[in-house]
Amino acid sequence: MIRCLVAAIGLSIAATSVLAAAPIEIGVGYLGRAGIKAKLSLVELPAENDGFAGARLAIEDNNTTGKFLNQRFTLEEVRLKDDEDVAKTAAALAERTGFIIADLPADDLLKAANALRERGTLLLNAGAIDDRLREQDCRGNVIHVAPTRSMLADALAQYLVWKQWKRWLLVVGSHDQDKLYADALRRAATRFGAKIVQERTFEDTGGARRTDSGVTLIQRQIPVFTQQAPAYDVLVAADESEVFASYLPYRTWDPRPVAGSAGLVPTSWHAAQDQWGAIQIQNRFAKLNSRHMSALDMKAWTAARMVGEAASRTKSGDPKVVSDFIRGKDFSVAAFKGRRLTLRDWNLQLRQPILLVDGRMVVSVSPQEGFLHQVSELDTLGVDRPETKCKLN
Amino acid sequence: MQAELKEDGLHMWRHCLLFGVAAWLAAATPASAFIAYVSNEKSNTVSVIDTNSWTVTKTIKVGQRPRGIEFTRDGKFVFVAVGDDDSIQVIDVAKQEVVDSLPSGPDPELFALDADGKILYVANENDNTVTIIDVEKRARLGEIQVGVEPEGMAISPDGKILINTSETTNMAHFIDTTTREIVANVLVDARPRYAEFKRDNSEVWVSSEIGGTVSVIDPAKREVTKKISFEIPGLRSEAIQPVGIGMTKDGKTAFVALGPANRVAVVDAVSHKVTKYLLVGQRVWHMAFTPDEKYLLTTNGVSNDVSVIDVAAQKVIKTIQVGELPWGMTIAQP
Repeated sequence: MIRCLVAAIGLSIAATSVLAAAPIEIGVGYLGRAGIKAKLSLVELPAENDGFAGARLAIEDNNTTGKFLNQRFTLEEVRLKDDEDVAKTAAALAERTGFIIADLPADDLLKAANALRERGTLLLNAGAIDDRLREQDCRGNVIHVAPTRSMLADALAQYLVWKQWKRWLLVVGSHDQDKLYADALRRAATRFGAKIVQERTFEDTGGARRTDSGVTLIQRQIPVFTQQAPAYDVLVAADESEVFASYLPYRTWDPRPVAGSAGLVPTSWHAAQDQWGAIQIQNRFAKLNSRHMSALDMKAWTAARMVGEAASRTKSGDPKVVSDFIRGKDFSVAAFKGRRLTLRDWNLQLRQPILLVDGRMVVSVSPQEGFLHQVSELDTLGVDRPETKCKLN
Repeated sequence: MQAELKEDGLHMWRHCLLFGVAAWLAAATPASAFIAYVSNEKSNTVSVIDTNSWTVTKTIKVGQRPRGIEFTRDGKFVFVAVGDDDSIQVIDVAKQEVVDSLPSGPDPELFALDADGKILYVANENDNTVTIIDVEKRARLGEIQVGVEPEGMAISPDGKILINTSETTNMAHFIDTTTREIVANVLVDARPRYAEFKRDNSEVWVSSEIGGTVSVIDPAKREVTKKISFEIPGLRSEAIQPVGIGMTKDGKTAFVALGPANRVAVVDAVSHKVTKYLLVGQRVWHMAFTPDEKYLLTTNGVSNDVSVIDVAAQKVIKTIQVGELPWGMTIAQP
């Protein structure tokens, strides 16, 4: 009897202590850029909290799950100004958080990665699409949630080839990142059997993106710029700098569709995506932010969810345990793309389907049917294991 | 006299004829003349299938995005969750039309009726809750906060435990139906969509669509005791996405819909081994047995049809065209 009573008391104490235990705190940092990116279209101007809002939603989702597991997630947001030392800022943030979601240009991301190398902080790249970060410049402490330029280009190329639009007129902007995108498009054309019938460069001669008589001038310029092209099926534009691509649709000399940086655009996410349960996250996001969910929002959401997913699987908030699990072979995450997303173990790139959108609707999702692969059809997008230049650690 | 005899003879002859026709009818009509109601997610309709003729006998207009669908216990009504209208509509089986609706909470997807058919538990995908509804009073009794994107719903055979699965939290929540509180949370693989109890309460199965597995949970210990995975030669593993589960009453055989793998796995529910894969239509979602368990019908989302599986022979015997993107199904006596 006494024994029973003692046992009962013991049990109730155990139960109370479980309930009373302070939750495990898991800090996630977000290192983003200050300032707004330039866009040709007024409706595509990113919101002031672009990306941050996605991370916040994921933290909320993680906490809904966390309350059942006694885990509590927090987000610390830092906006990097132009003259700020990224290495110092990243190191200061890493004092408080074991995981940092980064929306940084490639060089800044590398500086942050190098600064945090000894510390064991995990960086989740949600912004930079440069292939070199997954190839010759890859780092063991950086996971890439953002797709690469080559993944985006391959996703587009597969669709264009499926559509039998195999003759491309490639128009390239004059900035470095435009040229990198053009490289990826050329590689994609070769891989999937398209032919670039001619290349043209659209020089950025400066000038404002918004003027009072803008349309009149553009309507004279673009038809002239695109005339006398050899026979082609589709105009493919490489204009990450947002200088000219959005001016092309409906204005080309020949009546041809536009793809690439305008027209049919490959992207990791779009507000019109509603398949595979996506309507739920779109609704959740809109309710919280009174706006649509952008691709950067989704990449940040996915990054923070990866941390949450690994924390719930390992039942741990220890950055090393969680990071090792993310990098391990059993990790996968669900992100409303119709299949589980996993990491390429050779360069820590997240495998993912790519949406092809026209600005209002999701037109298709790549990889396209019929593009086969011995491991995962998602590896038909981007640089595959045999071609990689990445040596981790 | 002669005439009388004649008349008698005719009478008898008639009798015989009638009897014969009746006997012939009985022989030609399988014992399993049931009706199946199929929700068509895109068409905003419910198709009614007669399992005698295997044809669609009626298409009923319902609200927007019908998914979860269930007969009431008396078989007189069918509840159908119309997510985009934020309600559950009530179809009168005799009239074959929508006659009423229940206050379900936002974006209802799947729901479970208690044993008496008096209380309805609804998963509301949009606000992380399970809503409890008094069916007779058409009133909301309360809400339970669960994980992110609640979906699968099942009630234990003794009625004491309600299981809800949450798709982004990746858990099966065990809810005490008396206190209406969560008593346990069992972590399963990614995107759990459906839960099904064995009739003897010895196991509850939870399918994980993105994880690609079915978790077998011991309801007493409330932990995963076994994970069933699926391998189909020539098919990439990402395409194997378990959703609906059907379990025979004796708890010996289970059927698992594998989504875009276009197959239903037959599982020995005792050894938990997959014994066969049956090719059905494209993106197979959910399923329902005829009450005599002779047939199992599956909804095939992308091919817009229903496959009929002969349960004993473990063969697909028929395909029936229904509305666009068929999703859920319920079957009862007509």
